[in-house]
Parts: sequence; structure tokens; C-alpha cells
Amino acid sequence: MSSTILRTATRYMFPPLLVFSIYLLFRGHHFPGGGFVGGLFAGSAFSLYALAFSVSDARRILRSDPRDVTAAGLALALISGIPPLFSGHAYLTGTWWMLTLPSGVHLDIGTPLIFDIGVYFVVLGVVLTLVFALGEEQ
Amino acid sequence: MLWLISICLLAAVAAPFVYRFFPRHTGVLLLPAPLAMVYWLFARLPEVMHGHPVVQRFTWVEGLGLEAAFRLDGLSLLFALLISGIGSLIVIYTQGYFKGHPQQGRFMMYIIAFMASMLGVVLADHLLLVFIFWELTSFTSYLLIGFNHESEAARAAALQAMLVTVLGGLFLLAGLVLTVNATGSWLLSDIIESGAALREHPHYLPILILVCIGAFTKSAQFPFHFWLPNAMQAPTPASAYLHSSTMVKAGVYLLARLHPALSGTSEWTMILTGVGLITFLSGAFLAVGQHVLKRLLAYTTVSALGAMVMLLGVGTEETIKAMTAFVLAHAFYKAALFMVAGGITHETGGETSVDKLAGLRKAMPFTFVFAMLAGLSMGGFPPFFGFVAKESWLHALGHYPLLIVATVAGGAAYVLVGISVGFKPFLGHMPEGLHAHEMPWSMRIGPMVLGGGSLLLAFFCGTIGHALVEPAASAIAGDALHVHLHLWAGFNQYLLISIATLLLGIGCYFVRPVFLKTALRLHPLVKAGPDAVYSLLLKSVLRFAGWQTRLLQTGILRDYIRITVIAVVVLVGAAFYRAGGFHGLEELSPVSVRIALVAVLMILAALVTVSSRSRLRSILSMGVVGYSIALLFSFFGAPDLAMTQLVIETLTVILMALAFYHLPTFKHGSLKRTRAIDAVLSVGVGVAVTLLVIAALHVHTPTPVSDYYLEHSYKEAHGRNVVNVILVDFRALDTLGEITVLTIAALGGYALLKLRPEKGGES
Repeated sequence: MSSTILRTATRYMFPPLLVFSIYLLFRGHHFPGGGFVGGLFAGSAFSLYALAFSVSDARRILRSDPRDVTAAGLALALISGIPPLFSGHAYLTGTWWMLTLPSGVHLDIGTPLIFDIGVYFVVLGVVLTLVFALGEEQ
Repeated sequence: MLWLISICLLAAVAAPFVYRFFPRHTGVLLLPAPLAMVYWLFARLPEVMHGHPVVQRFTWVEGLGLEAAFRLDGLSLLFALLISGIGSLIVIYTQGYFKGHPQQGRFMMYIIAFMASMLGVVLADHLLLVFIFWELTSFTSYLLIGFNHESEAARAAALQAMLVTVLGGLFLLAGLVLTVNATGSWLLSDIIESGAALREHPHYLPILILVCIGAFTKSAQFPFHFWLPNAMQAPTPASAYLHSSTMVKAGVYLLARLHPALSGTSEWTMILTGVGLITFLSGAFLAVGQHVLKRLLAYTTVSALGAMVMLLGVGTEETIKAMTAFVLAHAFYKAALFMVAGGITHETGGETSVDKLAGLRKAMPFTFVFAMLAGLSMGGFPPFFGFVAKESWLHALGHYPLLIVATVAGGAAYVLVGISVGFKPFLGHMPEGLHAHEMPWSMRIGPMVLGGGSLLLAFFCGTIGHALVEPAASAIAGDALHVHLHLWAGFNQYLLISIATLLLGIGCYFVRPVFLKTALRLHPLVKAGPDAVYSLLLKSVLRFAGWQTRLLQTGILRDYIRITVIAVVVLVGAAFYRAGGFHGLEELSPVSVRIALVAVLMILAALVTVSSRSRLRSILSMGVVGYSIALLFSFFGAPDLAMTQLVIETLTVILMALAFYHLPTFKHGSLKRTRAIDAVLSVGVGVAVTLLVIAALHVHTPTPVSDYYLEHSYKEAHGRNVVNVILVDFRALDTLGEITVLTIAALGGYALLKLRPEKGGES
């Protein structure tokens, strides 16, 4: 599977795919998207890279082992449930902080966002753990 | 009380660290935890003596009305004092016994955790709390018996003890739940005061039987006694503590605790007296045939527990007093003798048989003195506390000549064992090749306090009777009793019986070889006892597990899918059958043209998938099915689902393509028969799921759940995309569970792919 066309296309496609996956992750709270589909998207971006080049190349640009990515995501999701405990609420209750940017825009930052980022990394890690393991068997 | 138990638990957690930094003084440094309990108990003694129990309640789970209720009355006080007092001595003893042992910290942790759980059992007032602590003692006992986990015998004994006591615990739980149903309260203090409510309840007999099974398994009553002698695989400090003086008395404690509510019926008397008597006699009989130090003591422990249950069963005021005094006497001499036995084995380099030990008095003079004291107390020689207890026991049974005869026979066995452990190893000539030296000071304290105490208690038996035995006996009886223990009760028939027992016991000691021979001859019979039933049951369970695993877990992917599919069809079918068949087709909305087109596309693609002779074509047409589903999702306004479905389909195709490399070439399809079965199954599951989905459309709830989410999504969760808000906020815990499962699945898949056994060898 070493086609020059696929490689060249992948080289151009890969960054926008990743950016789009992050876009999906962040827009998820108001519009279709979210951590799950975002993570799948990022996973397919890396899988595409692995197909076009090689698994070891894909591993190199991911920088860390996909299993670590999974663990980090799971840890992030677990931790995101802790802040509400300090205000006497149940574990994983959504807790929000209102931020007003200097330009006057209001921004809601909440624990569900952190949780969603955790989901994103878990899904990304799980997909790549399997794809890389299968791909390396060649 | 909660705090003191928590301190013990903290000490347990801290034990390994204490050992790491202060390996020589672990016991001393951990001692404050049990001593704090002892101190507190003594400080509360005056109140409790005057009949004012100490009550503490903490809210536990408010929504469920659960509270952590603790109550200290006379009975709890006696047991808690024994647990924390002997516990303190054991902690010190352990320091010497495990000197330089790399795992001492671990052992300390287990034993102190056990102490905390056992204190919980006797102090808790809430039945659920009692049950939790009860099971915790079984669990810590498992860890302690299996401490030498490299020994197979220790592992088997640990498992046996845990299975027996935990299974009994489940019976107990059922009994407790029924009790609560009958009395309407979870609090022991309420149940005790419920008077005849429990006795007259239609569920009285089931409750009694269930509670008894729980108590009998824990307290090693016949026919569940077999686990206790096997539990002697535990290191001696654990045997001395759990399996002689504390844990095994939990069952007796519970029966005594429930005595006011459950006793007074002929069923109670029959079950408890009968089982107690059998246990008492069979334990004594089995004990005299033993020659291993710890087993001699273990069987007499079984016997003593039987005696306690028997006395409870008779249930007169006098027998209750006698039982309480006996609990105290037994805890003292038995723990002391176990510590001595452990010391002898420890200091002679591992000798465990009484018959190979002799003449240790010169090497271990200190041990000898206190072993002798404890041994004499066990035999019931005057002027020891064992004698005082035995006297009041005989007095109490005055109207039951049959039980007196049994007591004489059992008592003779105690004399024999007391002499065998307290004197035999120390007298005579030391056999050649036996080397011994005195125990270190840390191991001497326990026998000294408890052996010496067996003598001292007798001289203060009036005070002890008033301060400890009386409140406990009153708590068991349910109203105030007066206890007068005497060392010298005058010259009467009971004294004669006592003396006769002692003489008989001494006589038996001299003909001990006869008993040993008889025991050897009877060994096959004993082997076919309850222990054999246990191993048969265990083996059958394992065999059944093996059989059904072989049946269901074939290791062939096709079989797994088949089983799953069959289960789905059967379950859905059963649900429809119970609901009285399927109806609801009539309310369906009309099918639009574009949906019909997509459906036709899906059907065609599915047909291609199953009939294609090329793998790639099959996978791609599967992809078409998937993409069509995504299309359907988007038609019906579920962009989130559609998007996810699209990416999933893509990834599936990629994964399949990667998996190609490992598959053999696609020569021929499966056999015709296989295809026929698969066709039937897939049609079945297709029909079942379709019917299920159509039926689900007709489920009407008063207000659809979606209304709630739609209304609250933006207001409370700051999000307009309800699907996502549900995933990350409203039902975040579900999602957390799902991503955890996902992670585990990925690790499992990774392991399957990467950790394959090497060719020709095992993985």
C-alpha cells in the first residue's frame, strides 16, 4: 500500500483532519459533534497516515504510545468528576466557571468539557491501539 | 467507638510502613491502637456495669436511612475487652515470632485489620454493620490462614475456611433480613427488646435456622467444624488470636446477642443444645487422638465452642452465667497455650509433635511456668479460673444428669490436652538432636499475662464475676442477673464430680497411646466425614464450571457469535411471549420513497455481502450497509449518530483491511450445513430485532424522558446539543463506564494480537 498519490494526499489531508477533529470536539456541546466522534475522526486520521506511510511513522507523529493516550484520557475523565465534590455535589455533577474575555465575550468553561476531552483521548487511544497492533503484524 | 475502630484500621494500613522504617519495633509501635481501645473500654466499665450501655450513632447514608450505630453493653464489653486485650498481646508476640521475617509488615496489617473487624462485630448495633464486619473477619481470616501462600495446604485451608464461613454468612444475612422484616428494625437493641414478637412470628423457625447456620459455620459447630483444625495452617499468632479466642467466638456472640429475642422455645433448646453437645463431645473425642500441638488445641477449641453453644441452648440463668465465665476462662488459657505451642515450635526449629518433645524445662523455664499455669486452668484444676468456670458450669447443669455425664467425659479430654501441652513437652529427658532456647521477651509477655491471669482471675473471681461476667450475662439473659463466682463453693457433689473428672483425665493421659492408636484406626472414618463432603462439593462445582466453560467458550469466533445471537433471539422471544404476542404494526407511519430506496440498497448490499466470493467485496458491501444506516440517521434528524456511524464504518473497513494480512486465502466458503444454520440464525435475529424495535415505538410513558432533557439541557448544562449533554453531563457516569469498557476491550484486543504463544511452546 505504498501509492504516491495516497501519500501525497495524506500529507495534505492529515493536518486539516486533525484540526477538524478538534473542531468537532469543541463544538459538540451546542452542535453535532463531541468527544466521541472527534476521537474517532482523529483516530481515522492517524490510521490513514499509518496506511499511507507505515505504522512506525504514524507512531512517531503520535509521539506517545496509544495505550498511554487511552490511560491519560480515562484519567482525565475520572478527574473531571472531582471538582463538584468540593462544592458538596455528587461526583461528575457539571460545574461551570464563567469567564469574560477582555474583548467582552462570555465563555463558559465546565467540567463536562474536560470530561469530553477525556472521552476524545480514550477513543483515539483505543482505535490506534488496535489499528497499530493489527498493522504491525504485517 | 467508630473512631477507635478507625484507629485500628489506620494502624493496619500503616503497619507495612512502620515495619519498613522500624523493623525491630513494629509491634511496640503499633501497640497504642489496641491499647487505646482497652483503655476506653475500662473507662466505660463503671457505666456499663450499672446497666447504662454506651450508644453512638452516625449518619451513614442519609437517603437510605442507614446509620452507623454502635452500642456497648455488658456482652459487647466482655468480648471487646478480650479482642483488644489479647490483640495487644498478639501484636507484641508477632513482633518476636516474625523477627526478621520479610513479610512481618503484611502479617501485622492483616492481624490488626482483623482486630478492627472483630471489634466491629461485637460493637455494632446495626445489623447490616454487624454483617459487614462479620464478613470482613472471614476475609481477614482467609488472608491470615493463607499467609504462607506458597504452601498449597495453606491455600486450600484458607479457601476452605473462607468458603464455609462466607457461605454461612450468606445464610446469616438471609436470617437477618427476615428478622428485620419480623421486628421492623435494623437495630439490635430494638430487636432484643422486641420481646416475644420474633418468637411468635410465623417466620421464627426459618430465622432461627438461618441464624444458627451462620453462627455454627463461624463457630465451627458440627458438621461445619472441619475448617477449624485445617485452619491451623495459619501462623501461630493468627491461630492463637482468631482461631481460639476471638473470631470463632463470633457465632457464640451472635447467638448470645440474639438470645433474648430468639430463645425460650423448644426449637432453640433442641437445636443449640443438640448441636452444641455433639460438637462438644466429638471435638473432645477427636482431640485426644491428636499429637500435633496446634491440632490438639484446635479440636479442644471446637469442643469448647460446642460447650458454649450447648450452655446457651439450655438457656437457664445459671447456664448463661456459666457460659459467660467459661468464655472468659477459655480465652485466657487457650490463647496462652497457643502462644506457648507456637513458641515451642519456633524455638526448637519447627518441631510440632507432642510425642517428639520432652525435657524442655531447662531450656525454656519461663515458658514452662506459664504453660503449666494455662494447662492447669484448661484442665480445670483448682485454684485456677478454669476450675471456677467449670464449677459454675456443673452447678448450672445440676438438673441435667445426661449433660453432666457428657461434661465429665469432655472435661477429662481437656485435662488430657492441658497436661499434654502444658507439661508433656517440658518434663522427662530431652531427646537427642532436639535443641531449644527460651522465647524472646516479646513472646513471653502473652503467655505470662494470660497464663498468670488464669491463676489471678481465680483469686479475684468475685470481683471479676461482678464487673465483667454479671453485665455480660445480664445482657444475654435480657434482664439483670447477679453473679457470684466462688473459688471454694463448699464441699458438695459438684466438687466430687470435678475431682472425678480430674482423676479420669489424668488416668486418660497415662493411657494416651491407646487413644492415639484408636485414632489411627478410625482415621479412614474421620476422613469420610464432613471434610470429604466439602471436597466433593468443591470438586463438583469446579467440574461443572469446567464443563460449561468448554461448552460455551470454544475459542472459535463463530461459536461465540452464534451463542450471542441465540441468546438474543431466545430472550426477545421470551419477552414477547410473556407480553402476550406482538401487536402494533397498524400504527406505523407511511414509508417515503427515499427511505424505501435506501432500504433496497441495504438489502442488496447485504445479499452481496453473504454471497460474494471475495473478501474485499464482502467488506465493502458491509460498508455500504453501514453508510446507508448513516443516511437513515441523517434523514431522521440525528446528525450526531450519522456522523459517528460514518466514521465507524470507515474505521471498520480499515481494520478489516489490516486484518486481511493474517487470514488464509479465501478458497471456499463454509459448508452447506453451516451456511444453513447461519442463515436460520441470522434471519431469526433480524426478525427478533425488527419486532423489538417496532414494539419499542409503542411504549408510551406519561412524559417522554426527552422532554426533561430538552428543557434542562441549556438551562442547567449550558449546552444546546442534547445528545452530547446527555453523554457528558446528565449521564456522565454511564459514559465513564463505557469508556472504561472500551479501554479494557482495547487492552484485551491488544493482548490477543501481541501476546500470542510462541510456536511450539507455551505463552
